[in-house]
Amino acid sequence: MASRTDPKKDVVVIGLGWTGSILAMELAQEGLDVLALERGDDRDTVPDFQYPGVIDELKYGIRFGFMQKPRKSTLSIRHGLNDTALPYRQLGSFLPGDGVGGAGIHWNGHTWRTQEVELRLRSYVEESFGADIIPEDMQIQDWGVTYDELEPHYDRFEKLLGVSGKAGNLNGVIQEGGNPFEAPRSSEYPNPPLANTYDAELFGEAARKLGLHPFPRPAGNASRAYTNEYGMQLAACNYCGFCERFGCLNYSKASPQTCVLGALKRMPNFSYKTNSEVLKIEKAADGKTATGVTYFDEKTGEEVFQPADLVLVCAYSLHNVHLLLLSEIGHPYDPVSGEGVVGRNYSYQMAGGTALYFKDKTFNPFIGTGTQGVSIDDYSISQIDFAKEGFIGGSYITGSHTGGRPIQQLSTPPGTPSWGQGWKEAASTWYGHKMGIGSHGSNMSYRDCYLDLDPTYKDQHGRPLMRMTFNWKPNDIKMTQFMKGKVEEIAQSMNPDIMASGYKSDGAQYDTRPYQTTHNVGGAVMGTDPKTSVINRYLQSWDCHNVFVMGASAYPQNTQYNPTGPLGALAYWAVDAIRNDYLKNPRPLM
Amino acid sequence: MTDLPGRPSRRGFLKGTAAGAALAAIAAPAATQAQPDQPPLEEYDPSYLTAVEYSFVMAACARLIPSEGDGPGALETRVPVFIDLQLAGDFGNAADWYMEGPHDPAANPLLGYQTPLTPAEIYRAAIPVFQDWCRKTHGMAFEELDAPTQDAALTALQKGEVALPAEQRDFFALLLQNTKEGYFADPIYGGNHGMQAWTYIGFPGARGAYTEWVSRFDQTYPLSAVSISGERA
Repeated sequence: MASRTDPKKDVVVIGLGWTGSILAMELAQEGLDVLALERGDDRDTVPDFQYPGVIDELKYGIRFGFMQKPRKSTLSIRHGLNDTALPYRQLGSFLPGDGVGGAGIHWNGHTWRTQEVELRLRSYVEESFGADIIPEDMQIQDWGVTYDELEPHYDRFEKLLGVSGKAGNLNGVIQEGGNPFEAPRSSEYPNPPLANTYDAELFGEAARKLGLHPFPRPAGNASRAYTNEYGMQLAACNYCGFCERFGCLNYSKASPQTCVLGALKRMPNFSYKTNSEVLKIEKAADGKTATGVTYFDEKTGEEVFQPADLVLVCAYSLHNVHLLLLSEIGHPYDPVSGEGVVGRNYSYQMAGGTALYFKDKTFNPFIGTGTQGVSIDDYSISQIDFAKEGFIGGSYITGSHTGGRPIQQLSTPPGTPSWGQGWKEAASTWYGHKMGIGSHGSNMSYRDCYLDLDPTYKDQHGRPLMRMTFNWKPNDIKMTQFMKGKVEEIAQSMNPDIMASGYKSDGAQYDTRPYQTTHNVGGAVMGTDPKTSVINRYLQSWDCHNVFVMGASAYPQNTQYNPTGPLGALAYWAVDAIRNDYLKNPRPLM
Repeated sequence: MTDLPGRPSRRGFLKGTAAGAALAAIAAPAATQAQPDQPPLEEYDPSYLTAVEYSFVMAACARLIPSEGDGPGALETRVPVFIDLQLAGDFGNAADWYMEGPHDPAANPLLGYQTPLTPAEIYRAAIPVFQDWCRKTHGMAFEELDAPTQDAALTALQKGEVALPAEQRDFFALLLQNTKEGYFADPIYGGNHGMQAWTYIGFPGARGAYTEWVSRFDQTYPLSAVSISGERA
């Protein structure tokens, strides 16, 4: 029971990361009284990301100083329906953010758009290849929104971030040097591409010689000084090599801090509270709307009821789903009957990579950004004949590196001992002479990959942890094996002295320990049918019409790209519907 | 310096200090000024480890990243100090981790860390088990074995051939991870003394600005390493 009730707000925002900042800004501009509740600490470039303290690999890269602390918030994981889930006690496979800015401070900056066909994946597969190629347990869906509808919002999000890149398709006209397989864009990227590092340059040359179509990977790192629509200023990136897992010391990486928060904090009708974890969204007696949220105020140790007319769920995707399950908004998914929706269609990302070691090439791996690199999209979802290849999915492939931080990023060739004189000397021999080519691929959604509440383990507030049931499936393993063949063909053409590949193979089980990617998606998916989605095409809860759920929890399956681009576009798409339609007449928009 | 108990041969370490001294002699004077003199490793007063545990950690680190061959070893870079300080702090105490029961320490390793023990408790529990194994198998404590036998013993530990209780099964992985962390972390954490490990592999540390170097392909970056506290290697 709440021990305190605070004065009512027009809007309460749960979580102050990318989507929370954007929605708060847009609705504050509308004149509404907006309060954001953030469970973690406050953070800003100064003092939290300033030089030289942030250039600390151990503190931030290895001990995860900016990430969620499992002691405060975690989930349990199991591989299958008959297994017992165990807590994700220390961070490994994925690294949810914590504090103001969320994961938006420590991401790498990859800012992609989905392909047109990815947003209507089931329809595309059925129309092009026939419904019978879809495996029985695969639950892929259309998103309920089309690329054309999202395009202006992608454009706005890229301009918010000052994305550096090169268009490949401007209004249907293919552009030299860009990605010819991307969907049509209404305008060029707001900033030119970042400079290539040597490895990216070599990869691009090799790909071009093989008849492929290399282009600069779109980067949420400014290649030059830039000011966005909110008047926020970014500085030209200096390639410090400390992007992912770190806050940017140089005001170059796009983050809620560098792109939104400075302007938002100046709005008199916006306020935010940190160390304030929302425990539950409270529903009205008839269950058709939310009345506000109950949160735990760490500073006073009180549970507080915060009434609000509009509740915006903007936490990390996994926490959005957890909160909906705890608040009993929408029916929980049951993988046996196939009924219910909350927690349904959790998916992840299938990645692999090949390391190339060159005795006589010097890469200076410590010079880099999270996202510079040269990519190809020749093996993307829209370019593969699924019927012929026997899988549904695709990847983009990149020659790049994100830094040369020695604890995490030093690698030695296969056959090197893991310790002793042999390891030590190989570490020095190869540190500056290795590059990598990565495949970043899709992961489909399946009947038995889902999220629900754990029957055993509790969090610090006594609430059940969320439970993840997830494992790799043959379709996605086949996809990544296909990519292995393609990447190795390019790698071999570059004549490395030594080559080493790491891709999931038959029988691979999900390993929660090594870092893979913080691209946990689904569980509160969007759509046009309340039987298979939690939120409608405007990201509005089917059950409580004044609850909107942002973020990658909306993706019905994962795309082949990093998830931030569509997450930003969907935030602008949803807030457009809220501003121009919902506020005038609050009701279910579908 | 006094001999450590159970550590009859200190040749590896002496060789290491000589190498370290030689390196310090060619380093810029600023570096020596920025870093106050530190006690020899054998005189270091551990914060968490007991003298017996510290003696083992020194000997084990000396094999995991040995002084012989090219480049500094774990002793010249003061890795044992790093490990002791880490075990005394948040890492050793699993301060950030979810440690609520029930625990299933024998669970499928793919599900990650499931022991009820903190890293510091794992070191405390596992070192005597491994020492007993060394005495039983090789007739002496780990520190007393010759280097090839020490290597064989660590290999057995790594391969799971030393019967540790499930709660301690991550011991070798932790020891190796912490040793490499101490070798490469910023010197503010007690290891990577004089940034020797960074210098050895060619990592310039906390320079954090490379705009003019990004497009200079296939050339060796010329500047030496700097640390967070402003030392220059």
